[in-house]
Amino acid sequence: MALLEVREVTKKFGELVANDRVSFTVETGTIVGLIGPNGAGKTTLFNCITGLYPADGGAIHFDGREITALKPYEIARRGAVRTFQVVRPLKEMTVFDNVLVGAFLKTGDRRAAAARAEECLSICNLTSFRDRPAGGLPIGGKKRLEMARALATRPKLLMLDEVMAGMTSTEINASVEVILRLRDSGITLMIVEHVMEGIMPIADKVVVLDGGIKIAEDAPGNIVNDERVIEAYLGPKYSQRFKARREGADLG
Amino acid sequence: MNPKEANRVLGKDGPWLVFAALLFVMPFVPFVGENSFRMHIMILILLFAAMSQAWNIIGGYCGQVSFGHSVFFGIGAYGAGMAVVAYGVPPWPGILTGMIVAAAVAVIISWPCFKLSGHYFAIATFAIVEIFNRGFLVWDWVGGALGLDYPLVEEGLWNLMWHDSKTGYYYCALVLFLITFGLVRWLEGHRFGYYLRAVREGQETAESLGVNSTAVKLAAMALSAALAALCGAFFVQYNLRVDPPMVMSLDMSMKFVLITVLGGSGTLVGPLLGATVLIPLQEYSRALWGGLGGGVDLIVFGLLIIIIVVKQPAGIIGIIRDIGKHAARRRAAGKEEADHGAP
Repeated sequence: MALLEVREVTKKFGELVANDRVSFTVETGTIVGLIGPNGAGKTTLFNCITGLYPADGGAIHFDGREITALKPYEIARRGAVRTFQVVRPLKEMTVFDNVLVGAFLKTGDRRAAAARAEECLSICNLTSFRDRPAGGLPIGGKKRLEMARALATRPKLLMLDEVMAGMTSTEINASVEVILRLRDSGITLMIVEHVMEGIMPIADKVVVLDGGIKIAEDAPGNIVNDERVIEAYLGPKYSQRFKARREGADLG
Repeated sequence: MNPKEANRVLGKDGPWLVFAALLFVMPFVPFVGENSFRMHIMILILLFAAMSQAWNIIGGYCGQVSFGHSVFFGIGAYGAGMAVVAYGVPPWPGILTGMIVAAAVAVIISWPCFKLSGHYFAIATFAIVEIFNRGFLVWDWVGGALGLDYPLVEEGLWNLMWHDSKTGYYYCALVLFLITFGLVRWLEGHRFGYYLRAVREGQETAESLGVNSTAVKLAAMALSAALAALCGAFFVQYNLRVDPPMVMSLDMSMKFVLITVLGGSGTLVGPLLGATVLIPLQEYSRALWGGLGGGVDLIVFGLLIIIIVVKQPAGIIGIIRDIGKHAARRRAAGKEEADHGAP
């Protein structure tokens, strides 16, 4: 069963169509990657799903119920929680308190929330930063904090917006491990990502956007050979050359 | 409670409880207790610390800077005043009514104002003070521009009035202080307290974590306004009269903001530190230079605020923390030197 179903979602900014009738599904227990070149409308789509922007058309269903016109906090309360691409730490609060705010979503009890927060800090390798003000973390730490905070809410669907951007490859590997662990613990993930080495090996399905339109929705193995995807990323000229070379290789 | 937890509580709350105990015995200390001017200053410090703490809930912790709190303060003052002057009963029912009305008014006027963010919210609250000030000036039922003058009634807690000694007022102010500080201390450790700070630090982030920021802000405003009304009621019982400029004025609103910002906004002890510095300054400068005309105290306030904002925006608490950090660094450096010095 699909946990998240996006149907014909359209978002316009004036004359610019950022998302044009985009449809896809996220199945329970899977990792779905959302990729595309810069300006493809990935973050806009994210913002529509999480209620930050009202969609101009289409419908979004989560966990069997429509969430199209709901407010961000209502969507979060239903279990679809996101991180932000441009990190938004609660600067003057400590790292622990940041995560605690997330943990308070499911429990009003300070002790239970604190236990959950500690757990999430350790999952995201933030325990050593625990008592530091969140504003003073290095960028990698802030990205992990975004994840720990969202995770603390015990989401059904965790939506990560470019958590690996700007990370070193060691950090990327660490993040990939965390993501796999989360999937194994029963959390469904939707990941917007630029870093291909991060997303391709772990995604069960990849959705590709280009110019606001969905151009492919398939398993990662098929996506890398999809002509339209190659064209979107490399342009028509290189795409043709690439094709010619491959055909040449086949002949030879 | 296990020993470790007991230690934690004592570590954090110990100094605080000792301080409260000191305040309780203060009237028995002859040097302070005998002198009615010093007693008066102590009462004002406690009252304004309590009042600024009420403001701190919405203005400091939640980050919504309101210049409208003198309205709630005034509503509380008029609540008590009307009970005593117009109905001839003890102030208590009036105090309760004042608190409820203040909370309701706070919610009604904040609802549209919270759609504005940052400075625009602050500006809107400015306008509200003027509206209420003018409204009460022409409203005959509450005494209009003449205000309400208290009749002399029997002294005691029942009527919340004492004639000669200030000790009764002092203890009332102390209770008021303990109520507001205790409540905020309690809030700090609970979900609502964390949500307040989360909304201040980033409304969109808070919403993405399931926090209904509008509801949090409205609840904080209502609580803050009800406490402000309670402080206002005490103020009128202490002064035995009330008129609109006395309570519902920008001067008054400004005082709550300045005390909190000076001490350290969004911190528990900030309002107390601010009041301890500003109230004596205000009262002594009035006593010394009152003849020069009104507003001397405000000039002093203004200068102090400029210095603080330029030198240490986190307020007195920030200065204290800096000193603490500095001392810790020195200790660490000293220790290192000693270690190296040893053969």
